[in-house]
Order: sequence, then structure tokens, then C-alpha cells
Amino acid sequence: MYAQMVDTGVAKVADVAEMSPEERAFQARVDDDIRIEPKDWMPEAYRRTLIRQIQQHAHSEIVGMLPEGNWITRAPSLARKAILMAKVQDEAGHGLYLYCAAETLGVSRDQMIEDLHAGKVKYSSIFNYPTLTWADVGAIGWLVDGAAIMNQIPLCRCSYGPYARAMIRICKEESFHQRQGFDIMMKLCDGTPEQKSMAQAALDRWWWPSLMMFGPPDTASVHSAQSAKWKIKRLSNDELRQRFVDQTVPQADYLGLRVPDDALVWNAERGHYDFGEIDWDEFHAVLRGHGPCNRDRMRMRVKAWEDGAWVRDAALAHAEKRQARAKAA
Amino acid sequence: MKDWPLWEVFIRSQHGLAHKHVGSLHAADAEMAIRNARDVYTRRNEGVSIWVARSADIHASAPGDRDALFEPANDKVYRHPTFFPMPDEVKHI
Repeated sequence: MYAQMVDTGVAKVADVAEMSPEERAFQARVDDDIRIEPKDWMPEAYRRTLIRQIQQHAHSEIVGMLPEGNWITRAPSLARKAILMAKVQDEAGHGLYLYCAAETLGVSRDQMIEDLHAGKVKYSSIFNYPTLTWADVGAIGWLVDGAAIMNQIPLCRCSYGPYARAMIRICKEESFHQRQGFDIMMKLCDGTPEQKSMAQAALDRWWWPSLMMFGPPDTASVHSAQSAKWKIKRLSNDELRQRFVDQTVPQADYLGLRVPDDALVWNAERGHYDFGEIDWDEFHAVLRGHGPCNRDRMRMRVKAWEDGAWVRDAALAHAEKRQARAKAA
Repeated sequence: MKDWPLWEVFIRSQHGLAHKHVGSLHAADAEMAIRNARDVYTRRNEGVSIWVARSADIHASAPGDRDALFEPANDKVYRHPTFFPMPDEVKHI
């Protein structure tokens, strides 16, 4: 998802018998659905896992501004431009809520940004795909933000208070993102044959990468099991992916678009859609840095950070000067 | 570069309620903190007034003191009006 394959640093899910009294008390609170707050005692592995996950999530929001920002100057009307700017501004806000939530666990903002730029921490694979036409902006809102909502709603009940509260704010705003995307798709599908084929091409490009956002099947993963025990992760990757397919296919039908999967078929017995194999080699290649836009995205991020350094320094110097003057007076 | 200091943000919503903590952000000074809080926390009319305070200036009770601080309230149920049952025929009380 926005945080894919988060390493918990544990080799096996801890058994109650092996837990220290503190760990047992902690697990009991989690089991009782009592939120964990920044000053509460928590196992080191829980803290590190959350830092990793929230940080990946925050970086994804920030890097996610790049593919869409690419279209602000070329949006087809003033209204679309204003809407897209509002959406991109929301993504910046979401990144900030999440960085602050991660900071409550004792990691600094600068450290997180350094780790991203050094390639030590990942962001979602989805943002390494290019936005070739205006229809891609529609497809991102509809599919990528749709998949994000699917994942983020259960995170509103995450055991860590600051993360859960950030997710509640984000979910409220995310719904606008998905609808504006679907609205772009509806307009294109109602338009000329060329416009409709643009919409189809965008769906063809974004469908599989969107399904990959949920991450590989995690039934056998010790990290997923541990995260589930800590109530950081509340539904499995495959459960979320299935829900996403089930809700999205009828929307594609409404648009009159074809989902690019020959194996896609309604399974009345299961009450779900069956769908084809995901190309996990592509997913792992993108995570390793070999997607279409990985290098470009990181170059843009690092450049923005370095070009802004003098502004950050100057603002701090100005504040310190004024403080010193106020003290002297 | 040094991190800008962290600020806690409190917003009063439309309806005459008290300022409520909404989150935090980094800013070089108070003026910038208010400006950033407006962009980060009030993009959809969430408020009519913003307070910011340096996070370093906020003192909090320790989780370990929870019992000592709050447990004494548990056995003083007579502080709640429902402790005193009233006869049905007594009205307006």
C-alpha cells in the first residue's frame, strides 16, 4: 500500500510465555483496543515498525505530489487547475500530518528526509509510474486514491493514537480526491472517441500498478502477523485487494471502460470477482529502484530539498535575530 | 541544517467551542507557525481562530501517574447527580 512490506524486525511472532511483564501489559492494552500514546511504554520493535511504516506513508504522500504536479500547468481548464492544486496541496498536508505522527516516536524530521534521500526508506511503488496524459490524472484520483482509502480506513483504528488520528483527518479529505478523479474519467468517457480512448489507455496503464499497491500476498509473512497482533495492520493485503477489485469493476462498467484483465470474472459462489495473476517481478523491480520514474522522482525530491535549504536557514536566522533583539530590549 | 522548532496547533471551530489540539508542525517562529497552521489545518473551514505553542513549553502528566492522579475520582460517585435517586413524583430537579 502506501507503506508496502514493512519489516517488523522480528523473526517470529512473540508468544505470551516469552514476553516480559511490560510486554504482556502492553499486549493486553492493545488487545483491549486501548490506544497507545507517545509517552506510554512500548516494545522497541513496535516503535521501530511504526516509524518505518508511518515514514514510508509520509514519503509516499510527498513523492505522490510529483506525478500530479506535472499536470498543474497543463490542466484543461481553470477550474480543473484549481481543483488539482487543491488536491496536491492536500497531499502535502497529509505528508505533514504523518511526519508529525512519526516524530512523536522519537525520530526527527530531518532524519526521515535524509533516510528517504539516501534510499534507506521507500515510498509506494505506484509513484514511479509516469503521467503521460491528462487522463492519467483522472485514473490516479479514481484508482490510486481509491486504493489508498481502502487501506487507510482500517488504519483509523490502528493501535497507535497519533497515527490513527492522522488517518482520520486524511480519510475525510481523501474522498474528494477519488471523486475528482472519477469526475475527470466521466467527462472523458462522455467526450469524443479520442477522449474515451485516452481514458481507456489510462485505465490500462494504472490498473495493475494499482493492484500492486496492496503489496504481495502476506498470508505467510511473519511481519504481517506481528503487525496484525499489534493492531498496526488490521486486514491482509489480499483482503484489501479483493475489496478494491469488487468495488472498482462496476465503476469501470459504468464508465464503459474495459478492465485490462482477461481472467476477470464474477464468481457468484464466492460473491467476489476472480482476477488474473499480478506480475510480482515488476513490483519487486520497481521497489528496487527500476521502475519507469524512480530516478527522476528522487532527483526532483533532492533538488527541491537542496534548493530550499537557504530559505530554511534564512527563516531560522531571522527568527533567532528577532528573539535576541527582543531579549536585549 | 537545524530543524525548525516544533509547535502544537490548537483550533477553535465555528461553534463557540474551546480551542482543540489538532496536531503539530515545524516553523521558525510563532508568526510562521500560525501561517503554516492555516495552510495545514484549516483548508476546509475548520476554524475561526488558531493558537500555537512551542511543543517544548508543554508539560504533560506522566502515564505512570495515571492511577495516583485519576483513580481517586473513581470512588467519589456522589459528585454525579445520578448518585441521588429522586422519587418519581418530585419534578424539576
